[in-house]
Amino acid sequence: MESMKRLTKNRTALVGLIIISLFLLAGLLAPIIAPYDPYAPHLPSKLARPSSEHVLGCDELGRDLLSRILYGARISLFIGTISVSLGLLVGAPLGAISGFYGGKIDLIIQRFIDILMAFPGILLAIMVVSVLGVGLWNAMIAIGVVSIPVYTRLVRGSVLAIREQEYVQAARAIGASDARIILRHIVPNALGPIIVQSSLQVASAILWAAGLGFLGLGARPPLPEWGAMLSRGRVFIRVAPHATIFPGLAIMFSVLGFNLLGDGLRDVLDPRLRGRL
Amino acid sequence: MASYILRRLLLVIPVLLGVSLLVFSMVRLIPGDPAIFIAGEHATEEDIDAIREEFGLNRSFPVQYWFFLRNLVRGDLGRSTRTDRPVGVEIWERLPNTLKLASVSMLIASVVGLIAGIISATRPYSFLDYISMVGAMIGVSTPVFWLGLMLMLLFSVQLNWLPAAGAKTFSHIILPAITLGAASTAVIARMTRSSMLEVFNQDYIQTARSKGLREGWVIIKHALRNALVPVVTVMGLRFGTLLGGAVLTETVFAWPGIGRLMVGSILARDYPVVQGAVLVVACTFIFVNLAVDLLYSFIDPRIRFE
Repeated sequence: MESMKRLTKNRTALVGLIIISLFLLAGLLAPIIAPYDPYAPHLPSKLARPSSEHVLGCDELGRDLLSRILYGARISLFIGTISVSLGLLVGAPLGAISGFYGGKIDLIIQRFIDILMAFPGILLAIMVVSVLGVGLWNAMIAIGVVSIPVYTRLVRGSVLAIREQEYVQAARAIGASDARIILRHIVPNALGPIIVQSSLQVASAILWAAGLGFLGLGARPPLPEWGAMLSRGRVFIRVAPHATIFPGLAIMFSVLGFNLLGDGLRDVLDPRLRGRL
Repeated sequence: MASYILRRLLLVIPVLLGVSLLVFSMVRLIPGDPAIFIAGEHATEEDIDAIREEFGLNRSFPVQYWFFLRNLVRGDLGRSTRTDRPVGVEIWERLPNTLKLASVSMLIASVVGLIAGIISATRPYSFLDYISMVGAMIGVSTPVFWLGLMLMLLFSVQLNWLPAAGAKTFSHIILPAITLGAASTAVIARMTRSSMLEVFNQDYIQTARSKGLREGWVIIKHALRNALVPVVTVMGLRFGTLLGGAVLTETVFAWPGIGRLMVGSILARDYPVVQGAVLVVACTFIFVNLAVDLLYSFIDPRIRFE
């Protein structure tokens, strides 16, 4: 409760939280608030400019852009959270094991992470997609894989710092098992940085997913994924710039929301870093 | 120092091997028989067998990997299935374009980022600081390909000031370089600001000020130099991100670099080129990171002894 209070007092985090909530609402309420069917082509209104009828205009098949962007919020938030959870679920335990046991296990895991980190993020995602095939789920898995090293590094660092603390020594002295020490003592203390990182990571995931969609390697048509919409729209950028402008704005604001939340959370959860970055 | 460099170089070898193994196995994991694909539509059973023999596709996985490594060391990356030209040549023709684009982006990002960061740090919580930090936040949140399209829309379509695509003249590089460098500019500005603010609290800055040095001198000689250590690290790390971002930027501006080659090859299922291009980018990334680490230990000698 105390953290919650401090969170809403932090202006950066609050603005981020409001933006995210708006996108969340847009996604959840899309079937109710979307003025048109996002999938039904309506050729007479092909590339129509924004008007009172179609607030944000129409795409190359005459589909209402506002409706598609609202439905697109579902896809982007879904990709963002699922892929980051995937990265967290694989990366965090690897980091915990690596840091807690050290020695050979640590060496092997760290070399594996070094190899994953030898690829610029989007490149690794592109590679994974080219193996798994194009599609929404495969894009999510690819982005999840890219997020693994971030969590492994982060958790390993926290574990190394916490492992030698007195309360962990004390737990060990009274005979607590490794699993208990990790889950009860180490994980809760490493939670702050993980939460902060996750917010920033969702921001990156949305950007990567849009990038894959833009390259034709992510969600496939007719899904209203923002990156894919943009890549269709850019063909008509001279005659219908709105079809490129609005999906991009949606990506930018949703990413901004998670970045602001992450930044604000860092100030709240880690007072030592207050004012940094 | 020499032994430190040597040790770091030796540590790169297992990573390079791992990267080559990962790329090699991923390409092998792609569904479908490569021999049938290379042979083309009208191939007979014998043709396919001949191709299997020629490419060693009928051998076991470790043997294939060994062949692959052997050829790699000789600089032979295979042939493009699309153009039938050596992959090495395809990459070699485009890599300089990507490096040129990434370098110009890095230059823009470093200059603008440092200046914005220093201005922010010297006037914290002022209007200028607020503007540049909000700008930086938007900078890291904007999709690179969309920024490219928006700049194109404004400067090429509307104002007709700069060319929208291609790489013929110097003016062609301006829009792609700004596009690719925008996020890095933002990251460098934020890092410079926070690093400078931290250094300003140090005793030696107080000392420098109290002995009557001019503020400009304090900032440049005492604060900036010390604040630069983490900033240089970030710059190095960003270079890798730039190589990744180049994939998208090159696609938007039809820039004839390795990123566009890669995307085209993936869509055309030209896997030898994908494999080669990914390897080259990963190696560039590894060596840039290594160079940054070494540079870092040069600026800050404490790191060598850890």
